[in-house]
Amino acid sequence: MIEVRNLTKAYGETLAVDDLSFTVRPGIVTGFLGPNGSGKSTTMRMILGLDAPTSGTATVGGRPLAEHDRPLTSLGFLLDAGAVHPKRPAHDHLRSLAVTNGLPVSRVDHVLDVVGLGEVGRRRSGGFSLGMGQRLGIAAALLGDPEVVMLDEPVNGLDPEGILWIRHLLQNLAAEGRTVFVSSHLMSEMELMAEHFVIIGRGRLISDISADDLRATAKGESTDVRADRLGDLVGLLRADGVEIVSSDRETITVHGRTATEIGGVARDAGITLHALVPEQRSLEDVFMSLTADAVEYHASAATPVAV
Amino acid sequence: MTTTTPTTDPTPTTNPASEAAMTTTITPTTRPSTVTRSGRIRLPQVTRGEWIKFWTVRSTSITLLAGAVATVAFGMIFSLVAESGAEAPGPAAFLSDPVDLALGGIGITEMVVGVLGVIIVAGEYSTGLIRTAFAAVGRRWTVIAGKVAVLAASITGVMTVAVTAAVVAGQAVYGGGEPTVPVTEVLDVIAGTTVYLVGIGLIGVALGFILRSTAGGIGTLVGAVFIGPNLLQLLPDSMTDVFLEYLPSESGAAIMTRVSDPDLLDRGPAYVVFGAWVLGLLGLATVLVHRRDA
Ligand SMILES: Nc1ncnc2c1ncn2[C@@H]1O[C@H](COP(=O)(O)OP(=O)(O)OP(=O)(O)O)[C@@H](O)[C@H]1O
Ligand SMILES: [Mg+2]
Repeated sequence: MIEVRNLTKAYGETLAVDDLSFTVRPGIVTGFLGPNGSGKSTTMRMILGLDAPTSGTATVGGRPLAEHDRPLTSLGFLLDAGAVHPKRPAHDHLRSLAVTNGLPVSRVDHVLDVVGLGEVGRRRSGGFSLGMGQRLGIAAALLGDPEVVMLDEPVNGLDPEGILWIRHLLQNLAAEGRTVFVSSHLMSEMELMAEHFVIIGRGRLISDISADDLRATAKGESTDVRADRLGDLVGLLRADGVEIVSSDRETITVHGRTATEIGGVARDAGITLHALVPEQRSLEDVFMSLTADAVEYHASAATPVAV
Repeated sequence: MTTTTPTTDPTPTTNPASEAAMTTTITPTTRPSTVTRSGRIRLPQVTRGEWIKFWTVRSTSITLLAGAVATVAFGMIFSLVAESGAEAPGPAAFLSDPVDLALGGIGITEMVVGVLGVIIVAGEYSTGLIRTAFAAVGRRWTVIAGKVAVLAASITGVMTVAVTAAVVAGQAVYGGGEPTVPVTEVLDVIAGTTVYLVGIGLIGVALGFILRSTAGGIGTLVGAVFIGPNLLQLLPDSMTDVFLEYLPSESGAAIMTRVSDPDLLDRGPAYVVFGAWVLGLLGLATVLVHRRDA
């Protein structure tokens, strides 16, 4: 369990994290989402005890991580897959970490196998591809067989197969009862992976919500309808607070009536429906609109780009 | 805050997360037995980790061994040059003691070990590995102490041999007419030289932690420890007399020679002054490392 309470971090004038509070619970994958520069990495560094909070606390299992006997057995982390000496063999990199926490060298071989680097473990990490580097970083996070796994943008640079792999890995870790906390700035990466989301923008909490509840909010307010006697249906549906626009000759879009209500009206009038499609916004859209005000650098979509 | 039940429940839900969780088991469920969860991390464990890091990057070990070879080789060159004529250029012109001549290569060696000290620390700042190291052990001072122990032990091991070899080899090729001094009579010089090299390596470590940049650390080391004092020596004695002998390089010079020099401290006080530099800089590094964000 990770508990963040009123966490604030100021770098000079910049408030990188602003009175942030949330709890990351065991047994599920929690996605930590926010646009670039919203304070995800800063929050994680404070959880790791690397950056001192300006105010507030961040604890792992009730205590600051630095106070744990063997931190790697409490929390495994990936901050930056590039944090290795390129000339040091991967196996030695992991071994140097393992011995500090009193972990047997057999753990090194085990985690290298888990991430699929068993064959290349004796090679220098400088020669690794982006994806192999990420896997090595994840291997380091798993080294201590930790209760909590915290990964900063682990999907960066992975191909679709790698993304699938990491999704299964993290979901399995969660299914074993561990706390899994994963950051990303892309909802598309997280929506199949996480069961809960902590969404931040400009260092502030925007939403702390389960995936199901977020999906529920993604249900839109309008319904697209196609029917055989469209004109009649429009007449029957028309009422106060109902707005109907015709998208094209055969389709109308209805605001203010649910799909169920529209279906009922059509049935009572003997109108055959050809299509009844409630608008479904993607989670990406929901995320974008939630964080729209918090995006640091807006690209102006209207400006044509000269190539 | 909304709540969701953890998906240990195999009934189908709308969340694709739960179905994928059923596919494979990746880590064994024998969790507690894989880890010896007893007690706090202790310094020897952190030191072992640092030892592995030090000796598993080939360029590090090659650098240290190259420094050892240079110590012997340059000592021999200085000794040879001194033999062939009094007009020899460079340090050989100033050195007359055969042991000092045989150790004439230390000027190179100290650069090597100092730079090595900077690199093993600042290199980890540039990759971000230092954060892994700090977070993995919790108490940052153990990382500093571990690096200090590893570098000190490695330099001591390699350089005691190199310095002794240089004393023997340099004198073997020296033909200045003076009788050869046996190693057993200059153990204090060999020890002092090794201590100096360890100290310079540790000053490099301290500068690495203080400046967190390879370029900055090496620049400061070379400028303040190696070149600076030589420039100061160009100033009139009356101006530099009061402090020059207290600089790391000059107090270091005093512990590396058996010749007494009125411009240098006596060996005893020189050890104290040189040790104070090393410990002072390491102390400053430790304070800064704990006060700053990593
Ligand atoms: N050490 C630092 N000194 C000064 N400012 C910093 C520092 N670290 C982060 N910041 C600032 O704090 C803010 C949050 O940065 P952070 O890296 O935590 O964001 P992030 O959510 O991880 O972004 P990204 O998705 O791009 O990784 C940014 O405005 C950043 O410029
Ligand atoms: Mg980040």
